[in-house]
Amino acid sequence: MQKLFSTKTQIPFMSMAKWCVRVSAILVIVSIALFLIKGLNYGIDFRGGTEIKIEVSETISVADVREQVSNIVAGEVSVITESGADAGKQGMKIRIAADGAEAAMSEDAITAVKSELTNKIEGSEVRGVTSIGGAVSSELVQKGIMAIGLTLIAIGIYIWLRFEWQFSMGAIVALFHDVSLTIGIFSLLGMTFDLSIVAAILAIIGYSLNDTVVVYDRIREKLSMSKSEDVDIVINRGINETLRRTAMTSLTTLLAIAALYVFGGSELRGFSFAMLWGVCVGTYSSIFIASPILTYFGLDRGDKPKSTTKFADIDA
Amino acid sequence: MVNLPRWQRFLIVIIMAFGVFFAFPNSQYSKVEKANDAIARIEIDKAEAGDETLSTTWPSWLSNRLVNLGLDLRGGVHVLVQVEKDQVYNERYDEFWGTIRDALRDNRDRFGSVRREATDAAIRVKIANASELQGALEKIQETASDLGATEYSFAINDGGIDIHLTDAAKSQIDELTMARSLEIVRRRIDAAGTKEPTIQRVGEDRVSIDVPGFGSVEEVMELLGKTAKLTLHEVLELTNDQTMRVGFDELLLPSVDGSYYRLDKAAVVSGDSIVDASLGYDQNGLPAVNFRLNTEGAKKFGDFTSTHINEPFAIVLDEEVLSAPNIQSYIPGGQAIISGNFSVEEATNLAVLLRSGALPAPLTVLEQSVVGPDLGQDSVDAGRMAAMIALALVALYMLWVYRAFGVFANISLFFNMILIVAGLSIIGSTLTLPGIAGIVLTIGMAVDANVLIFERIREEYAAKPVLIRAIDQGFARALSSILDGNVTTLIAAAVLYFFGAGPVRGFAITLMIGIVTSVFTAVYGTRLLMVLYLDWRKPKDLGY
Repeated sequence: MQKLFSTKTQIPFMSMAKWCVRVSAILVIVSIALFLIKGLNYGIDFRGGTEIKIEVSETISVADVREQVSNIVAGEVSVITESGADAGKQGMKIRIAADGAEAAMSEDAITAVKSELTNKIEGSEVRGVTSIGGAVSSELVQKGIMAIGLTLIAIGIYIWLRFEWQFSMGAIVALFHDVSLTIGIFSLLGMTFDLSIVAAILAIIGYSLNDTVVVYDRIREKLSMSKSEDVDIVINRGINETLRRTAMTSLTTLLAIAALYVFGGSELRGFSFAMLWGVCVGTYSSIFIASPILTYFGLDRGDKPKSTTKFADIDA
Repeated sequence: MVNLPRWQRFLIVIIMAFGVFFAFPNSQYSKVEKANDAIARIEIDKAEAGDETLSTTWPSWLSNRLVNLGLDLRGGVHVLVQVEKDQVYNERYDEFWGTIRDALRDNRDRFGSVRREATDAAIRVKIANASELQGALEKIQETASDLGATEYSFAINDGGIDIHLTDAAKSQIDELTMARSLEIVRRRIDAAGTKEPTIQRVGEDRVSIDVPGFGSVEEVMELLGKTAKLTLHEVLELTNDQTMRVGFDELLLPSVDGSYYRLDKAAVVSGDSIVDASLGYDQNGLPAVNFRLNTEGAKKFGDFTSTHINEPFAIVLDEEVLSAPNIQSYIPGGQAIISGNFSVEEATNLAVLLRSGALPAPLTVLEQSVVGPDLGQDSVDAGRMAAMIALALVALYMLWVYRAFGVFANISLFFNMILIVAGLSIIGSTLTLPGIAGIVLTIGMAVDANVLIFERIREEYAAKPVLIRAIDQGFARALSSILDGNVTTLIAAAVLYFFGAGPVRGFAITLMIGIVTSVFTAVYGTRLLMVLYLDWRKPKDLGY
């Protein structure tokens, strides 16, 4: 590991990036197409409905439970198994679609489902119930989209103020790439997309940007130091010099999230999957998209070195 | 020389010590919680046996603040309800209509017959003698000003008089409705004796209710499901025809015995006037509810009874006629009894609801969630496990790559965890399951600042192998990247906090606290450790 990312790497990222940008562009288009055509498997936070978590005997099948519940409720019923139950038992999650109702499922209806389960399904035990009405869920969708959009804008402005506008564009393109690919993989695999995934996407934006900014910082430093060299070469050196750090941070973050994915329980599995994917995509994008793309925006040579050392001096 | 002024060293140690002080109680969670509960009970004079000794089990000079565990971790009921406040306007209109109708009908010879035309949320008055419209408007305005009712605006439109609540009046009514709804919800939940409920207003017209503990689910829902709006009405007709068409200012309501009553829509008195209610028994010895009206209510009720002797009046609770007794005689004191085939338990419950007051408007449940205590405990266990393993993996990896410096980074990481827990305890925010995810994520990302510094030191050292200078430069030059990287993450977390709902906010909070503390520990904590190390060992090279 130490050898692999020695300080002296000379990997020609800029020439690799030409291909990477094309591949990424295709992946982004595929992701958007998947999102538009196949759509997302929204959780109840976003489409309203009721989710009941139960534990049942191992012998019970998902189909049994679905049939019992379907008998007494109007909405579409889906049941999936979950890990992490006690010995001899298995966990299941029953989801009942809301059918467009503004309010949450009534207490009477929930009680009816619960007693049906307890009476007809062997060894069943209700562990938790969540019901969300259409009024709240449509708001959550709006808020989720607004949150992601606002974050991108706020970050774009911050980078623009601290760097040049080209950096700001580069960062936004890379972040758009990360967000698209994350939504794309959720659409492709049909995994549940709920509020925690929006949180994960915002965390991915934060992470990927953190990664990108460190490389940008170095490129800016190099640009103001050597005014005669070709921009491509300077960018390439910036990426190479920060490569060890990029790799280290990605690895420590991935280690932590992997622990969360494996040991954090089924509730956090979607979130940690999104993060695992997002950290990989984000690391890739800060190396192969965010920095190389700077040349496409006609980066200024450092004639006007903006506050490079503004913060660096404080503690020197 | 890598120096760190004495006052800075001192400050760093002080902050860390504070962190330990405020984080420590969380390591004895249940002990501190029990002591806190006992103290709380003693304060409100509801001490139970053994509380005196319990309250002293945690020394008072130690901090007793704990990280609040969210409902998803400790188990409990969460309900988000919407207050249907528009209904309050309609009631105001109905009530006001009753008054002006009487005023106009007193001048029937002048205005002709008076009726109210159906409109959306307003009063539209039509009179038979259209030429007197202006006169009718003046009469209405006069009536309003006699009553001191300034909240209406009047206009002649299209052959009728439109009466609206002004926008100012509406927003004032909204505020009152919300304040009262919150108050009533709080009283009802408190009456049920549940433990530390959190009841707060959310946005314009919503109330969020969090009640820890599982046993009370049905009870909570039962308490919120009823408006407990009690009104007394003049009975116009007893009927069995449930499809009967009734006038605009009349009501057709079912009765508990299956028959239907046609009633005057304007109530004689409403539950607002009730000052006390208790379990009682009717003349047949069956459970009933006694209630007493305030002076104003008693006067109105008295006036009504004096003019309607030997006629029935209906006691209506939440759109259902409980009973319709005959008025035997003038009732002056404002005391009455409600009977209606209650069990003792039902009558007691109704008395509680009437005593806490009616909700000004019905509540619609928008969101409800029940987490069993087992599920919560499982989540806590899994989260703790994931955090420990993440911490171990990251620490081992840092140690392997950075050797001695890795030890410093790991000590900083450990203190970072302590500061996060301390921060959560101090601001009293709630730790949710996504919050735990935020902490685990912070473990992975917090070492980033140290990685940046160490890598920069390595570069500086490679360029010019003078250790002290390399370390100095490494810290100085990495700072700009560290700040930029963390400010941007902070932006994302802040947006999430303002837009996120419920548990996701918990994630944003831990992430924000984690970013601030990790920059502090990684930059200043690590630096202090390095200065001490350099003084102590005087190493000749980097070691990694």
